[in-house]
Amino acid sequence: MKAKFSVGQLAVVGLVAVIALVPPLVRNNYQVFILTLIGLYTMLTVGLSLVMGYAGQVSLGHATFYGIGAYATALLSARAGLPSWAALIVAVVITASLGYLLGVPMFRLRGHYLAMGTLGLNIIFSLILKNEAEITGGPSGFTHIPPLSVGPFVFDNDVKMYYLVWVAALAVLALSLNVVHSRVGRALRAIHSSEVAAETLGVDSKAFKLRVFALAAGYAGLAGGLYAQAIHFISPSSFDMLFSIELVTMAAVGGLASVWGSIFGAATVVLLAQFIRDRLGALMEGASGEGEIIVFGLLLVVIMVFLPEGLTAGGLKAIRNWQANRKAESG
Amino acid sequence: MTLQQLAQYLLSGITQGSIYALIALGFVTIYNVTGIINFSQGEFAVIGAFVAITLAQETSLFNGQAVVTLTWPLPLAALAGVVAAVLVGVLLYRLGIQPARHASPLSQIVVTIGASIALRGMVLLAWGTDPYRFPAFTQGKPLKLLGAVVTRQGVWVIGLTVVTVVGLFLFFQYTLIGKALRASSANPGAARLMGINTRRMGLVAFALSAGLSALGGIVITPLTFMTYDRGLMLALKGFVAMIMGGLTNPFGAVIGGLLLGVVESLAAGLISSGYKDAFTFAVLFVVLLVRLGGLLRRGRGEALERAGL
Repeated sequence: MKAKFSVGQLAVVGLVAVIALVPPLVRNNYQVFILTLIGLYTMLTVGLSLVMGYAGQVSLGHATFYGIGAYATALLSARAGLPSWAALIVAVVITASLGYLLGVPMFRLRGHYLAMGTLGLNIIFSLILKNEAEITGGPSGFTHIPPLSVGPFVFDNDVKMYYLVWVAALAVLALSLNVVHSRVGRALRAIHSSEVAAETLGVDSKAFKLRVFALAAGYAGLAGGLYAQAIHFISPSSFDMLFSIELVTMAAVGGLASVWGSIFGAATVVLLAQFIRDRLGALMEGASGEGEIIVFGLLLVVIMVFLPEGLTAGGLKAIRNWQANRKAESG
Repeated sequence: MTLQQLAQYLLSGITQGSIYALIALGFVTIYNVTGIINFSQGEFAVIGAFVAITLAQETSLFNGQAVVTLTWPLPLAALAGVVAAVLVGVLLYRLGIQPARHASPLSQIVVTIGASIALRGMVLLAWGTDPYRFPAFTQGKPLKLLGAVVTRQGVWVIGLTVVTVVGLFLFFQYTLIGKALRASSANPGAARLMGINTRRMGLVAFALSAGLSALGGIVITPLTFMTYDRGLMLALKGFVAMIMGGLTNPFGAVIGGLLLGVVESLAAGLISSGYKDAFTFAVLFVVLLVRLGGLLRRGRGEALERAGL
């Protein structure tokens, strides 16, 4: 009897196997950390692609929620003395609630105004982080964030964090797939194609937009909290407007309306940034800092102009067309 | 607060606001003709300023690996800076904007944001992270007005802005290209029927607004240093000024820019300088959420519909 697995299911099993097997094969803490980052950015990108791709709303300030999660976790565990696991959970709840509350005035705006409003939100957030040094540590950052521990088990090295982050990322992916294939997902797609038509059919577009925005903020809060607990140090530059744009690049590379594409987008951008930093650093001393933004900027332009469905969906389409053509020729 | 302080805040606000006004004018020109909000508008100001600086004085490029020693006269260097920005604007339109003209507004926003950070990265590679400065256009002691101090460069900034706005008005009102631009924004279909190449008008709009922004960047550099990363913030301020002025109204944009400069200057002086930029966005949220039609505009017009409001 033949086992009936679809290509999709096999791909998922393969992906999980690859993720599980990587750390023993890599054996280099720095590389494990880079792969952990990909997991964190996947969570951020999935949320952003739900907001941008499915609900069709621009968000150029998603790093704000990543930052809120990170700083809330840091403050709750290092200052307020909460156990680190509780700090993480409370931080996620805070971030999701703030996402909902900020979304109420924000989603009165549309199009260019929403883009501008979300950018403005990110800029104000960065200014608060830099100016309120007594609470946030200011531009030099917040240090000594305790690692995550559950009972006696402490996530105190890169490999443990790697597994934790990827379990969380896969959970976020699974939850998002459920959302996309539920009534909510259909409502979101309806809003994206025509908000007026969706409203006419009884979809409360504002409520759906708010809920998905809060969900994406919650994902970002989780990623931010885990990030803070993984590296024990956070500073405002990790959560600025440029990082928000980098996240949009990840979502665009993966395909704005693609849940699985998020992993691909996050991985491509992180590895590309790493590669460019190494090369540019060797090529030109001191230029490595932000030099990679040239490539991200060009990538954004090229993808939005030529492959608006992202590299994966666009590429898959090309392959399917090619197969269809071949069948037509042989048949 | 004494009267003298108030005069000082107003004058510095108007000086800074002039730059926002020039950039906002660029936004309005492009938006009226093409319906696009060009978030890379501020990069033109940065590129124009850096090219002018490089031509006018000794400048190190590529992290000191190359040093350019030119001493072009200031007006010539400034002109070259404007021309360089215009060329970049034309290239941007041809390579990025025109191919994406049928894309959704969301895609177009992302394209101009992408262009913005790509240009910023290129400026970073060429000029590095150091702040650059330009000598003032005319040397001499600052002037006094109502007890407030105005630098000579401040007079240049305000004067050049006035000249530019008047010149632009004459251009739109009396020249053939100006009229064609207005026609393309009022009714693109009818404009095409009258034989106006609206696509070329888009190109002209990008060239014109790149030049306006570059001029703004060049005249402000002697007052505040120019760094590679100022573009996006300048663009955002210009956009806020444009919204304050009612989105499609060039004169509204100028008033919006000046007003924004004054609000910032007062807020920085009286409340907190660390949060100067935050006030811009506070103003933006108030304008957007309370009066969607802008401060200087009654009702909601077709342009707002186009923007999706």
